[in-house]
Amino acid sequence: MKRRWCKDVLFRWVCGAVSMFATALLLVLLVHLCRQGWEYLDSSFLTQFASRRPAQAGIKAGLWGTLWLLALTATMAFPLGVATALYLEEYAPQGRLTRLLEVNIANLAGVPSIIYGLLGLAIFVRLLGLERSLWSGSMTLTLLILPVIIVSAQGAIRSVPRSLREASYALGAQPWHVNLLVVFPAALPGILTGVILALSRAIGETAPLVIVGAVGYMRFVPTSPSDDFTALPLQIYDWASRPQVEFHQVAASGILVLLSILLMFNLTAVWIRHRLQRYPS
Amino acid sequence: MHRSIKLKVQQILWGVSLGSSLCATSARAVVQDRVRIDGSSTVYPITEAVAEEFGRKSPEVRVTVGVSGTGGGFKKFLQAETDINNASRKIKDSEKEKAKAAGIQYMEIPVAYDGISVVIHRQNDWVDYLTVAELHEIWKPGSKITKWSQVRAGWPDLAIKLYGPGTHSGTFDYFTHAINGKSQSSRADFTKSEDDNILVRGVAGDRGALGFFGLSYYVENKKSLRAVPIQVPGGKPVAPAFETVFDGSYKPLARQIYMYVNISALQKANVKKFISFYLKNARQLVKDVGYVPLATEEYERLWSQVQKQPVLN
Repeated sequence: MKRRWCKDVLFRWVCGAVSMFATALLLVLLVHLCRQGWEYLDSSFLTQFASRRPAQAGIKAGLWGTLWLLALTATMAFPLGVATALYLEEYAPQGRLTRLLEVNIANLAGVPSIIYGLLGLAIFVRLLGLERSLWSGSMTLTLLILPVIIVSAQGAIRSVPRSLREASYALGAQPWHVNLLVVFPAALPGILTGVILALSRAIGETAPLVIVGAVGYMRFVPTSPSDDFTALPLQIYDWASRPQVEFHQVAASGILVLLSILLMFNLTAVWIRHRLQRYPS
Repeated sequence: MHRSIKLKVQQILWGVSLGSSLCATSARAVVQDRVRIDGSSTVYPITEAVAEEFGRKSPEVRVTVGVSGTGGGFKKFLQAETDINNASRKIKDSEKEKAKAAGIQYMEIPVAYDGISVVIHRQNDWVDYLTVAELHEIWKPGSKITKWSQVRAGWPDLAIKLYGPGTHSGTFDYFTHAINGKSQSSRADFTKSEDDNILVRGVAGDRGALGFFGLSYYVENKKSLRAVPIQVPGGKPVAPAFETVFDGSYKPLARQIYMYVNISALQKANVKKFISFYLKNARQLVKDVGYVPLATEEYERLWSQVQKQPVLN
């Protein structure tokens, strides 16, 4: 009896230590970044373009590029992902074909992002002739995060209680009514969380964007989706690989900006979840 | 069939772009105002500096600078997807043939010198210089050298740890060409990184290390590294520095770096304006970013050569 109790305590301590270790590591990283990046992080950092002089370097082009990419990617990935998940969960016949489809989608979620970059280059940039534009970049990112969105949306839809559906049918609703007006709203918090987490992944991607032709330096903000673009991670990578130590500090400032956007995203996810769950439709 | 789909998609997306465009200028007109540059990451800081100053002066011209590497950049350049390609080496014969096949004429413009520094740990007190032959013995494919004592008699019996840039980089191409006689021919068992700062850290933290990378990375890290003077047969050992790279005495690891300009792009007013600005201001800007500029007369000669090109649109 005593031994079992000991084991239990030990296990609890090990788990606690491991999670403390992970958090501490993150904290150390954050503190280090803040110390390095604080000096160059001011409002002009957000409103100026990159420069050969570290003190004047800003991240405007990358910031706007990333915001454009996120907006376009979200607009394309959300309906595509949710519609696919709805189809797979509610309509698709439960056969071998559907299972094959599901296994493939789950596998696609694990494909290295650079492969999506190559695909984007071949299809969007060259075949469809979209050139190196925000279109190509955001479509590539859409492909990249679609599997993640589909899988998480499927989970959310599956967790909608069967009784809700049956009650609607009993009242004489058509299937599309049920799916669109009952199942979808009930699954929305889960779906949105998945979408936002997927977008958080997209925001940090560098390799596929480089391949579809994101540029390193530009002195203008894209004004339409057919424009050239750059993104935060590219700009950060460029600064981090410069020989001058000052640029490494500028890179740290850039990382802080990227992290703030990520944090805002995650907070939004938490907030949406909280809010929508309080008022079930 | 395929072409018509492509056209259709383009039409639709142009429509959407225009609709969502924040400013209502015609998207087509914007294309005219672009100068598209891509290519070597070694040349990138120079082009960035020029684009920055040019952008302050002529903000209506949209200059974009990519970093696909010399070879990757040439692929785009030879499909006329870019106007200018930055190159840390000369254009290869295979690339020349592709240019001919695609009907692309280009102009080669050297923009600066770049030296490759061979570096060792700060506390390495036995290496006074290395000859090209010794470097070759160390770096040749299948080299059996694993200790400093095997390089020259009297050197310590300490393991030699090699550091170098990734095999895709122009610096690696040039180093292997200069030391081993053929680009890309090298022993494979060394620590590689595309990020030169990693190499700096590696060499700075390892007493037996020997590495090579761009001169500017040594200049910025003089406190933690030592650069090895290099001796060519019949010459004296020469240490890498801006002066020795400029006067050509630092051999064989100093080279010119280039940009290649598409001639039909050069005949567009904006591209010509950009190149002219580039060559007028190169001397100062090249120095600013830590490279060695060409002689003033050389920039002037290139500038007048560019002026001879007619502007067709």
